[in-house]
Amino acid sequence: MKTPARFLYEFTESIRIAWAQIRANKTRSVLTALGVIIGIVAVTLMGTAIRGIDTGFENSLAMLGNDVFYVEKWPWFGAEDWWNYINRPPIRITDAEKLNRIIAETPNSLLEIAVPQAGRGCSVKYGDGKVDGIFAMGTTADYARMTTVDCEEGRFFNDVESNGGRAVCVLGYTVAEALFPRQSSLGQTVIIDGHPCSVIGVFAKQGEFLGLFSFDNQVMMPISAFTRMFGGRRGARLEVKVLDKTKMGPAKDELIGAMRRVRGQLPGERDNFNVNEQQAFKAQLDPIKTAIAFAGLFITGLSLFVGAIGIMNITFVSVKERTKEIGTRKAIGARRRTILMQFLVEAVSICLIGGSVGMVVAYAVFLGIHVQMPNFPVRFSPDLVLISMLVSVATGILSGFLPAWGASRLDPVVALRYE
Amino acid sequence: MISPTAPAAISGRTVRPRGPLVIDIRGVTKLYHMGEETVHALRGVSLQVHSNEYLAIMGPSGSGKSTLMNMLGCLDTPTSGHYEFNGKDVSSMSDDELASIRNREIGFVFQTFNLLPRSTSLHNVELPLIYAGLSPHERRERARLAMTNVGLGDRMLHKPNELSGGQRQRVAIARALVNHPSIILADEPTGNLDSKTGEEIMQLFDQLYEQGNTIIVVTHEEDIARHARRAIRLHDGLIESDRMTYV
Repeated sequence: MKTPARFLYEFTESIRIAWAQIRANKTRSVLTALGVIIGIVAVTLMGTAIRGIDTGFENSLAMLGNDVFYVEKWPWFGAEDWWNYINRPPIRITDAEKLNRIIAETPNSLLEIAVPQAGRGCSVKYGDGKVDGIFAMGTTADYARMTTVDCEEGRFFNDVESNGGRAVCVLGYTVAEALFPRQSSLGQTVIIDGHPCSVIGVFAKQGEFLGLFSFDNQVMMPISAFTRMFGGRRGARLEVKVLDKTKMGPAKDELIGAMRRVRGQLPGERDNFNVNEQQAFKAQLDPIKTAIAFAGLFITGLSLFVGAIGIMNITFVSVKERTKEIGTRKAIGARRRTILMQFLVEAVSICLIGGSVGMVVAYAVFLGIHVQMPNFPVRFSPDLVLISMLVSVATGILSGFLPAWGASRLDPVVALRYE
Repeated sequence: MISPTAPAAISGRTVRPRGPLVIDIRGVTKLYHMGEETVHALRGVSLQVHSNEYLAIMGPSGSGKSTLMNMLGCLDTPTSGHYEFNGKDVSSMSDDELASIRNREIGFVFQTFNLLPRSTSLHNVELPLIYAGLSPHERRERARLAMTNVGLGDRMLHKPNELSGGQRQRVAIARALVNHPSIILADEPTGNLDSKTGEEIMQLFDQLYEQGNTIIVVTHEEDIARHARRAIRLHDGLIESDRMTYV
């Protein structure tokens, strides 16, 4: 078939011409490509930042667990009418025992277990060393059964220690590092807000939640020891594990029903507690993430748009300069689409070169940021490269189209007369 | 009008027997608008050209000879009238079809050579073949042949700026020949050349005519027109005379 072969030969000729043009007008090509380079660098870096924020959010949310509910006095979001909430009775530790009994009695329950948790801020001392702003959390031994607990040293407390309210604790990674830089903390006694506690384990490093709350700045102890040391007035929360995470909806309904029984609520009465879940966080975060992404990409997209205008301008100039050549090509048999393709290929070629250089520059900047500020959320993934290349090609086609179309429509008689 | 049907070597010049009708123009007019003025470039021209003819179109500037040439070369379409090229009606053709005719049937030679400055002469010559869809191998072969035919077999890799004016026009002629067109259309082919080189180019045209090509030359110079076997004179958009010239 002649036609596909002819297209290939004309396309090859277009590439040859594009390359010759770029080499013949080096300064002009560099300046034009610069616009695209800057645009691509901006868009790519924005892409890495958005990716980084995404990953950061995902990692943090994972810390909340996607198969647990938190039964608390306050909701995580939307506590507009705070007087509705302030008078609620606090969640009691005994609520956990009652809830677990109901779960055990419910046939085919979707819930697995409820674990009470109580917490407060404190200071931890050892010898001359002291760390402030530590979060002390009391819970039961069931906690280790509900979630995987990674201990770098030692172990989590067991049922005996939990039920007996023994003064033992597991230190968070940063706490242990600060107080015991050169020795093991196991077996040592730390003072938590004046109360002595024996260290039986150290958590592995976990990281921060949205940069707000560090899981490494904690100490955990049996909840009965906690209430003995700090009192139980503040109330607790219940972490409830779900058996099947695909059935979170019905599980939540079951939990609310069970909790109402535990709290002795009358039918028609509003819940005097809240069931919070990771999904709530996600629902809050997703619109923020989307808004950031849109705003960021729009602004950086503008810089690429400016680069595209440069391409369009230069292509117009190029067409004008080569009017006589276009007339000659038409006279010896070039069709309109051949001329159109020729100038589109020239525009796309500059964009691809600019895009490639832009990628390299963006990667270098990304590496620089990553080395200087390792905690700054940026992530450079391979599909970013592909997307940026596609964006370059699209930019070339869109910005080169108008001048290329004009070239294809030139009257050969007029074009040949052009000086 | 005398139309010989047998070869006659009159005054030492060959006149080849006419072949089939290539160009058939009847009552063609061309109007174009320059601002508020309407210019009547052609006011009703009728012309027939057979293959194996060597024709000169003459006239002062403003006579319409450039417009007629553009019409013959399918670069432009008539405002009214009929144009048949090799039996096909040109006036109703699409832009793509016209481009195809220009590619395969017509070989243009311009006064200003119109070569691509950044390509070798070989690449310049093979350009029409790229638009015709020929493979690189075939293109090279045909281009090489064409260049040898015009006497530039040893200049194939030179760029136009490395060639003299006469050599550049030879490259342009090779390009016009490379697709074996029905007619060669030359617009003031020696206009940018000195008289000696101009004469060499006209001798090349003579040679091409004897090899079997149909040639139309547009010129305002008598000396150049003298090489042709037939001369048409235009004046104010009309044909004033149409004679065979053997002397």
